[in-house]
Amino acid sequence: MVGSVQDYAVLSASSIANLFSRRLYWSDIAMQADRIGVGSLPIVILTGFFTGGVLALQSASTLAQFGATAITGQLVSFSMIKELGPVLTSLMVSGRNASGMASELGSMMVTEQIDAMRALGTDPIKKLVTPRVVATIFMLFFLTIVSDAVGIAGGASVSILMLGQDGSQYFHTAYQSLVFADILQGLVKPVFFGFIIATIGCFYGMNTRGGTQGVGRSTTQAVVYSSVLIIAVDFVISRLMIGIFGR
Amino acid sequence: MATETLAAAVPVPGDQEPVVIFDDVSIGFEGKPVLKNISFRVAVGETRILLGPAGVGKSVLLKLANGLFRPDSGRITVFGQEVSSMPEGDLFGLRSRIGMVFQESALFDSLTVRDNVAFRLMEDKVPESEINDRVAEALRFVELEHTMQMFPAQLSGGMRRRVAIARAIVAKPDLLLYDSPTGGLDPITSTTIVELVVKERDLYHTSSLLVTHRLQDAYTLATHTFNKAENHMERSSGDKTNLHTSFLMLREGELIFDGSTHELVTSDDPFIKEYLT
Repeated sequence: MVGSVQDYAVLSASSIANLFSRRLYWSDIAMQADRIGVGSLPIVILTGFFTGGVLALQSASTLAQFGATAITGQLVSFSMIKELGPVLTSLMVSGRNASGMASELGSMMVTEQIDAMRALGTDPIKKLVTPRVVATIFMLFFLTIVSDAVGIAGGASVSILMLGQDGSQYFHTAYQSLVFADILQGLVKPVFFGFIIATIGCFYGMNTRGGTQGVGRSTTQAVVYSSVLIIAVDFVISRLMIGIFGR
Repeated sequence: MATETLAAAVPVPGDQEPVVIFDDVSIGFEGKPVLKNISFRVAVGETRILLGPAGVGKSVLLKLANGLFRPDSGRITVFGQEVSSMPEGDLFGLRSRIGMVFQESALFDSLTVRDNVAFRLMEDKVPESEINDRVAEALRFVELEHTMQMFPAQLSGGMRRRVAIARAIVAKPDLLLYDSPTGGLDPITSTTIVELVVKERDLYHTSSLLVTHRLQDAYTLATHTFNKAENHMERSSGDKTNLHTSFLMLREGELIFDGSTHELVTSDDPFIKEYLT
């Protein structure tokens, strides 16, 4: 266990340290950004839209008890931007990409392709891990913004079309109640979550042993550990941000 | 088997410092010893064939020579540099002088045959036109020039091994490491692969260390030469054996034999006798 944490720390540190090395694989970063970012767009849009929608549906019925349905927009935008946007997007991207990274690198590991890369004089961390870490952090940041926007739009659709609320009131409360600290909190989280997804996915991939069975095990572990870590780190960041900004 | 020797033209082993030196090397995994106190040398231009039953640590030994594993004790020197204690970053430079053929080819699935063979050249930022020429030359050597735009999944097992050989020789290395290049192949395809190894040995005289558990392949390597004019492998005249091809044998992690073809076939060791029969 201690050895694994140490290995994970070394891999993570190396992946970041490589950013300052002479050679960066820009084409690999762009390819990974396309796979991770553009490839995840449909699921992020769908998840964001329905989450915003269900949030509006549930909160409106609760708020109605206090005669406060007018702040449905505020509640949806708060929840989406500070919590659900970053966390749900990260969990979706984790399910799709941490598993993908673990299985791809795991397969390369068991078929000796990683050893072949080393034998050909190329550092696999520089060539395979760093591009995935950079691409995931970069794309998750923008995917979260997309998810936030689509979630608020989903909430608006439900509020206006199903609950008969006033559209301008929804967007007015959704926009007016937000302050810098809320936006900052919502945009700091995907940076950490992106790092977790990529490093955990690559770590389990690069440490795969035991043939195809090992690849399956690594894939499962990557998704489970990255998801749990995302939720745990979300709590820590939220507490820290509330401590600093008071909200 | 005939035991006369046939000297290749160049170079003469022993003239220079050995390319590879294993000095009392041991390694184990999860507390279980795999290789114990291994010591041997590979001279310049020499081909050493490492024999032994499956699971005896042959592949591990080859990976130690390339710095892919680090020994628990002992020293490994390649081209005069001690790889056993060298940082990974420095090893990448040293490996540019070593070509390695992996047991299951280890071609990159996502790259075409051309990009697989060109991988090292692309990493070294060699000009595109030169890459094309050298890849074509390497693929012509293994007679697979027509597969350039194909992916590894579209190739047969034998073709993948040949591409792996092309990838190993494209940068004209000073040392070649072959990890069971004929493992899992049918006899005809195996002969094709052995012919390529013989061709490489007799045309370029690259120092090499070849792992195999197939005695037939080892004997073919020792008793055949490549006829450049006819472009095929043939039995050495008078059933002579190649002077620069010698044998090592592992048994339960220990090196039990280090010598020439003649010494191998005349050995009194009961295990070697049983292995050869």
